[in-house]
Amino acid sequence: MENRFFVDGSHLSAHALEKKHRLETDPACRTDPMAYPAGMEQISSDIMEKVLSETASYDPQQYTARDVMAALEHPTCSIADLKALLSPAAEPFLEQMAQRAKLETARHFGNTVYLFTPLYIANYCENYCVYCGFNCYNNISRMKLTMEQIEHEMQMIAQSGMEEILILTGESQAQSSIEYIGEACKLARKYFRMVGLEIYPVNTDAYRYLHACGADYVTVFQETYDVQRYSEVHLHGNKRSYPYRFDAPERALMGGMRGVSCSALLGLSHFPKDALASALHVFYLQRKYPHAEISLSCPRLRPILHNNTIHPSDVTEKQLCRILCAYRIFLPYAGITVSSRESETFRNGIVRIAATKVSAGVSTGVGDHESKYSGKRPQGTVGDEQFVINDDRSLAAMYEAIREEGLQPVLNDYIYL
Amino acid sequence: MNDQLILGGHAFNSRFILGSGKYSLHLIESAIRDAGAEIITLAVRRANTKEQESILDYIPQGVTLLPNTSGARTAEEAVRIARLARAMGCGDFVKVEIMGDTKYLLPDNNETIRATELLAKEGFVVLPYMYPDLYAARALVQAGAAAVMPLAAPIGSNRGLAAKAFIQILIDEIDLPVIVDAGIGRPSQACEAMEMGAAAVMANTALATAGDLPLMASAFKNAVEAGRKAYLSGLGRVLTRGASASDPLTGFLRD
Repeated sequence: MENRFFVDGSHLSAHALEKKHRLETDPACRTDPMAYPAGMEQISSDIMEKVLSETASYDPQQYTARDVMAALEHPTCSIADLKALLSPAAEPFLEQMAQRAKLETARHFGNTVYLFTPLYIANYCENYCVYCGFNCYNNISRMKLTMEQIEHEMQMIAQSGMEEILILTGESQAQSSIEYIGEACKLARKYFRMVGLEIYPVNTDAYRYLHACGADYVTVFQETYDVQRYSEVHLHGNKRSYPYRFDAPERALMGGMRGVSCSALLGLSHFPKDALASALHVFYLQRKYPHAEISLSCPRLRPILHNNTIHPSDVTEKQLCRILCAYRIFLPYAGITVSSRESETFRNGIVRIAATKVSAGVSTGVGDHESKYSGKRPQGTVGDEQFVINDDRSLAAMYEAIREEGLQPVLNDYIYL
Repeated sequence: MNDQLILGGHAFNSRFILGSGKYSLHLIESAIRDAGAEIITLAVRRANTKEQESILDYIPQGVTLLPNTSGARTAEEAVRIARLARAMGCGDFVKVEIMGDTKYLLPDNNETIRATELLAKEGFVVLPYMYPDLYAARALVQAGAAAVMPLAAPIGSNRGLAAKAFIQILIDEIDLPVIVDAGIGRPSQACEAMEMGAAAVMANTALATAGDLPLMASAFKNAVEAGRKAYLSGLGRVLTRGASASDPLTGFLRD
């Protein structure tokens, strides 16, 4: 089933609709996705070239069951082994891959599972990414929290016992300036031990500033590593620049951040190639920055407000599990995060195999933690959600579920130094 | 037999140091008991500051906490974490762990030597986790370490005494206790390290990945004790083929 991404909101003017349709139908009116618009820092790095050339030469059909069995027997997993594990030939070996992944996870992380929660502080966005609920043409309630509101949200979350927070915004530098995000980080340091950021990509000096404000981890999803597909689904806005986004984790590390997280948004493009590229992005980053803590996520496409037909294409739960096992076997030291995009059953199972971090008490809306946590009706307005979540368990429920799997939930493993 | 492990003026009867970071908190008490451990490590960065369950709630009175500086990438960061541990009431012991590599988690000996010197001056009982290098071990002695803790194999690998020859050099040449840390995967390997003359052994992953953690803890206890007794009793001569010819090579010599 093909994803149908284009939805026209009735709120759009004739002029806006015309521009939207032109972006959707006429590639000639879009900007060059490989260009760096003015103000975007260009760093000297060979990581993108390495990832793209390995991915371009990868033909998943080439691999056989023999290659997969050999990969599972090798004590360390090579790039060629990873390619075999992500190929269709590995499908019948899911259980064996899970067994091996579980062993690697136990060796490197014991039985610990980390917990965090996201906090969306604004959902304004200047990009037109066709699959995202925040896209600039989508008719949603927009909101940007004041510092008082942010602090209130943080208090609500901190009261639940959470010690790690991930601050998110839509991608609008005009509405959510770097200073605005920096002030939110300073507030977060009062209530949380660890502060991560998932915001629009910025230059190295801005990452350095945000690190000084208290943030220490940066998540940037490339969404898809396939340049052609990237340019088809990111039609407008700064996010159209593929290389600027690709280099964001590296700029974050250059700016002094302790760790970064990368991933493709699975379901946008051919998943064996996107999964390969995600793993290689982490692999080459770690080689270049051996001190950095690098982790992977594995988001799959979810329905959004005004488009409930969006789905993760051919990335079924079994395929997702296989991707995560391959990640774990190839990158035994990397953290793997599984978000509330996935179901309760899937998350309970995957923490026993490969995942080391899960979210809990999640809202992807803006300013609605009090109503979601206490059941009270929201006071004043709230901003709409980025996507529809799949697992709405509270921190307490998640904590207990992890314990019931025989694992140890950990709320903090971090000191800001 | 009075055979105590002395670290920074403190005496311990057990020579098995227990790691704590890779298994469930509720198993800590039985692990300590069944391992007969008197020292347990504690990652300062993981200690909860809020009301949730904390590892400290699970550690019985009388067990010495050995806070570690995991997360530190430089000597200065290690010093900050050690001070934090002291402020939290964890005592004066500190295990210095400094890693600039998140893939293999190998210790950075240079930074470790610097941190050891800084912390020893502040009165800490410093136990540095190190790569088994003789020069680095001598520098750690000079820096004021209370023991050295060479790795046996990459952490978490359960590969046993991969660095055996180099650890033996440290045991032979360094006057401080040599505590074998990281990579020990089986009780037999712990026993072997003790037979070599290691002062103590530390393990974490080997227990965490066992099917029955308390049972494995007691297996390690027995292995460490057996190895220690073997070392103290003086291992007997091991005959190798051809080494004891019936026709002695020196038979031609006259008095």
